[in-house]
Amino acid sequence: MITFDNVSKTYAGQTRPALRDVSLDIDKGEFVFLVGSSGSGKSTFLRLILREYKPTKGSIYVAGHDLGRLPAWRIPRLRRQVGTVFQDFRLLPGKTVYENVAFALQVIGKSSREIRTIVPETLDLVGLGDKSERLTDELSGGEQQRVALARAFVNRPPILIADEPTGNLDPTTSVGIMKLLDRINKTGTTVIMATHDSTIVDQMRKRVIELSDGELVRDQSKGVYGY
Amino acid sequence: MRHTLTEALSGLRRNITMTIAVVVTMWVSLSLFGVGLLSAQQVDLIKGRWYDKIEVTVFLCTAATQGTNCDAGHDATDAQRDVIRKTLESNAEVAAVTYETKDEVFVQFKEVYKDSSILGTMTAADMQDNFRVKLKNPEDYQGVVSAVQGLPGVQKVQDLRGILEPVFAWLNLARVATVGASLLLLLAAALQIGNTIRMAAFSRRRELGIMRLVGASNWFIVLPFLLESLVAALAGAVLACLTLAGLEQFVIIGKAQPAIQTVRWIGWDNIGLTVLAVVAVAVVLSTIPTLIATRRYLRV
Repeated sequence: MITFDNVSKTYAGQTRPALRDVSLDIDKGEFVFLVGSSGSGKSTFLRLILREYKPTKGSIYVAGHDLGRLPAWRIPRLRRQVGTVFQDFRLLPGKTVYENVAFALQVIGKSSREIRTIVPETLDLVGLGDKSERLTDELSGGEQQRVALARAFVNRPPILIADEPTGNLDPTTSVGIMKLLDRINKTGTTVIMATHDSTIVDQMRKRVIELSDGELVRDQSKGVYGY
Repeated sequence: MRHTLTEALSGLRRNITMTIAVVVTMWVSLSLFGVGLLSAQQVDLIKGRWYDKIEVTVFLCTAATQGTNCDAGHDATDAQRDVIRKTLESNAEVAAVTYETKDEVFVQFKEVYKDSSILGTMTAADMQDNFRVKLKNPEDYQGVVSAVQGLPGVQKVQDLRGILEPVFAWLNLARVATVGASLLLLLAAALQIGNTIRMAAFSRRRELGIMRLVGASNWFIVLPFLLESLVAALAGAVLACLTLAGLEQFVIIGKAQPAIQTVRWIGWDNIGLTVLAVVAVAVVLSTIPTLIATRRYLRV
């Protein structure tokens, strides 16, 4: 599903690479934790998958796209196959839960009939079926992250990227979000989650990829946060 | 599609003051631009008409005239006259040559100055024999002028173009000034559109970021902005076109045409061409700044 082949990334104006010679494969349906301290290259790794940047060296394949050769106008197609959630939720304030999720479908040109069936389905999946008319700024952090997850998953992408999705949430709420991610993963979606939360990683026992100073230092199936 | 239309409309409403500013600037600058184009066409019409009538006049020496080619105190001789006529007639650029005697010129002179006191002091002897030369192409007068200028018996060669040229030079300057001023205004209008759209995009940057994230195509993202600026610019263009049409109907057809009938005035066909140019400029001046202003929100 995702292949990194000797990928290095050096940002313009910097000498130290943010990512150094990383090679790995992530198969379809895997659940992967991406760990490492701040500045270790986790964000760069995720942004390369989204083709927000091009690698300086090496090649990346995501869902059948060779990102090095992907023309700019095809990038939206790639993004439709990669759902994303962030620590700060990135919802539209002043819009309802339903509108926030429907927005993701409207702007990729889905018909309103399709939207009317898929959005409630997805809201039920994340456990917000009864809150669809609430404004997102009235919701708790955990609920907002559920809306963000619904928006990322509403298009049923084969890949879901979560960049510290529990970073702003208390442990109990985090467990709920992790259960949801696990459920999404069980539908066959490949999930890649960057996190600092050792408890979660240790509990879930999934594949762990650790970056340090831009280098891949550990790739362990059923791993834990630290050694 | 519905998303695009509603977004464009809400954008126009949200920035209603900026929209009005854009429409007015576009209106004034495009009107001025149109007037510049129309005056250029008017100058061409006048030029085409007058230049056809332009003749070169070769004045011959008389006893009273002075000139480097004249024999002081004597009229040009018959022999000199013949040489001049042959030179003119053999010139490839000459279409026709007519000879006017002093008496013929004096008849015309009396006609022109019949109400003037100057007539009492002049006689036929004060007039000059001359050749009137019609040219095949009025633009090529230099060759004829230089061919006869140095001949003995020629007092002076006068071409009307030399007299009309300054008039056209001034008309040209007026035209360049109008078009130049309108170009400055159009530049201002384009910058204003760019700024308006940049503000609109900035106020919606959250939406734009999410749209990019979930894979909305660039067209989908830009189209509302393009539509927004296009509507404003075209509104200005329509007002400008109405202004130009009013100019034709009330000023040219209503006032100028009855007053000065010797000149051919610009008609509706000229207005039609100008309107096309105005609309084209409006489209270009709204889309390009919009594309530039939204570019940073599309960068992937």
